[in-house]
Amino acid sequence: MSTMVENRRQMGITAPPPPLRRRRRWPWKSWLLFLLFAGPNVALLIVFTYKPLLQSLYYSTLQWNIGSATARQVGLGNYIDWFTDPTTAHVVMVTVVFTIATVGGGMVLGLALAVLLNRRLRGRGAARTVVVAPYVLSGVAVGLLWLFVFDPNFGICAALLRAVGLASPDWYNDPQWALLMVIVVYLWKNVGYVALVYLAALQTVPADLLEAAALDGATPFHAFRRIVLPLLGPTTFFLAVTTLLSSLQSFDIIQAMTQGGPLEGTTTMMYQIYQEGFQTGRAGYSSAVATILFVVLLLVTFVQMKYVEKRVHY
Amino acid sequence: MAAIVDSGRRRAGKAGSYLWLAAAVAVMVLPLVWMILASFKERDEIYTVPAQWLPASFDLSNYAAALAAVPFGNFFLNSVITTVIGAGIKMALGLTTAYAVVFLEFPFKKFIFGLTVFALLVPQQIVIIPNYTLIAELGWINTYQGIIVPGLASAFGTFLFRQHFLTLPVSILEAAALDGASHWTRLWRFIVPISAPTMSAVALVSIVSEWNEYLWPLLVVDRADMMTLPLGLTLLQNNDGVTNWGVLMAGTVLVTAPVLAVFFALQRRIVSGLTAGAVTG
Repeated sequence: MSTMVENRRQMGITAPPPPLRRRRRWPWKSWLLFLLFAGPNVALLIVFTYKPLLQSLYYSTLQWNIGSATARQVGLGNYIDWFTDPTTAHVVMVTVVFTIATVGGGMVLGLALAVLLNRRLRGRGAARTVVVAPYVLSGVAVGLLWLFVFDPNFGICAALLRAVGLASPDWYNDPQWALLMVIVVYLWKNVGYVALVYLAALQTVPADLLEAAALDGATPFHAFRRIVLPLLGPTTFFLAVTTLLSSLQSFDIIQAMTQGGPLEGTTTMMYQIYQEGFQTGRAGYSSAVATILFVVLLLVTFVQMKYVEKRVHY
Repeated sequence: MAAIVDSGRRRAGKAGSYLWLAAAVAVMVLPLVWMILASFKERDEIYTVPAQWLPASFDLSNYAAALAAVPFGNFFLNSVITTVIGAGIKMALGLTTAYAVVFLEFPFKKFIFGLTVFALLVPQQIVIIPNYTLIAELGWINTYQGIIVPGLASAFGTFLFRQHFLTLPVSILEAAALDGASHWTRLWRFIVPISAPTMSAVALVSIVSEWNEYLWPLLVVDRADMMTLPLGLTLLQNNDGVTNWGVLMAGTVLVTAPVLAVFFALQRRIVSGLTAGAVTG
């Protein structure tokens, strides 16, 4: 070994540049650099994400009003209260309906839009831009402008319904119509993002694959189901995870349009966390709801990952 | 014969596609048009049945009323300050963290990266109560740092930058190392300039989410002069119990128009920025 190195030296071949090697001799120097580079970000994550996560777990065992100096230890009391509270079933129902409608509806509509925008149509570039535009707008502004669209007396929705001889539903005061209203607005704002991601994926589907299928006599629908959809698998998984996360976090639209009402018709669990923590002041109870929701979120994500391992072929 | 039928069917399919495209565009555009038109209408033009689309004149009194009712100048300034500082620092943190994870050595590197990315799974609402308590204790209510700091950590940016750094040609970095450039110089002089597409993707996504952020400012700001645009807009909502749609829509236009203008100007970049996470992810 050593003779080989000597031989090389004699032959005038220099050893490879040392910097990468030198680092091993002084690992602490590299470690220190790592801490300088990554430390601030990690510190912020610990202070504002992970520590609060544990704190929230602790708060969930307290009977405590936000801003109050005293708190009483109640163990699992908040959890028992939540599971036995008569409004809980309703809030869970609203959360499930809202989530399924916005995530499922968003993916179906988004995929349909993407397929449409992927056709060779004139003006599809402009159409794509228009479809995505609401996604970059403030949720509050979107909620407020749609509140006027849905105004049962003076909005365009009422005007369109009147034109076909129908009366406008009472979007503002009927809990079920109100829930439909916030779902529609959420979809309007976010469907463009789903369409955009699907469109990017569709453009990677090899055209000769579809041509071969057509030559084999496959109908376009059949080819779509058997070739395109499986190829979109990873994208569908990515969208399922990300849109679920953002749907569960939706707050702006609900706050601007209904504040969780009427009769808690649009109170999702996420909205309940805000309401109990900052409106009714039950911070301990709110933390318990937050903990439950976080556990559910982790479970759902975990199941999605497992499913994807089995079903999606990269 | 078969070919004629086929092309006829294809033409019909094409017409159907155009119809659907037109319908989709109409659904996306009409609410925005309705908002803009309403902002110019006088009271009796808004509260009328059947609804009328066009205002009698392009009257600016709703805008004047909105600007008089709430300090829009402050809102705008506050939004610009929190967005520029927040998104700027967030980018820098994402770049340095990704650099460390890819190019530097540390025993718990994988763990640190996992910790960063796992934060994407923690919704902001889960931690608002402890964070609010902390910010209140620090006396940061109604301050810029109170609005900015809790959301500063970069998870999405770190992830995207890491994916990008892993694709960079090693030769460039070896050349930089041979030049004796420090890691700091390597990052800012060599890597940043060749990472423009990823940088702009992360920047645009951060700017959009920072600009539209609502829940956190709602909690830590209650003074009108410290409010950001989305927060201040809601002040117009219930000023007198009954919603004055004309004024509210004027305010909504003031909030959305600048964003729409920037979006249409930069739409190509924004569109590729939005899909960057999906394609690499």
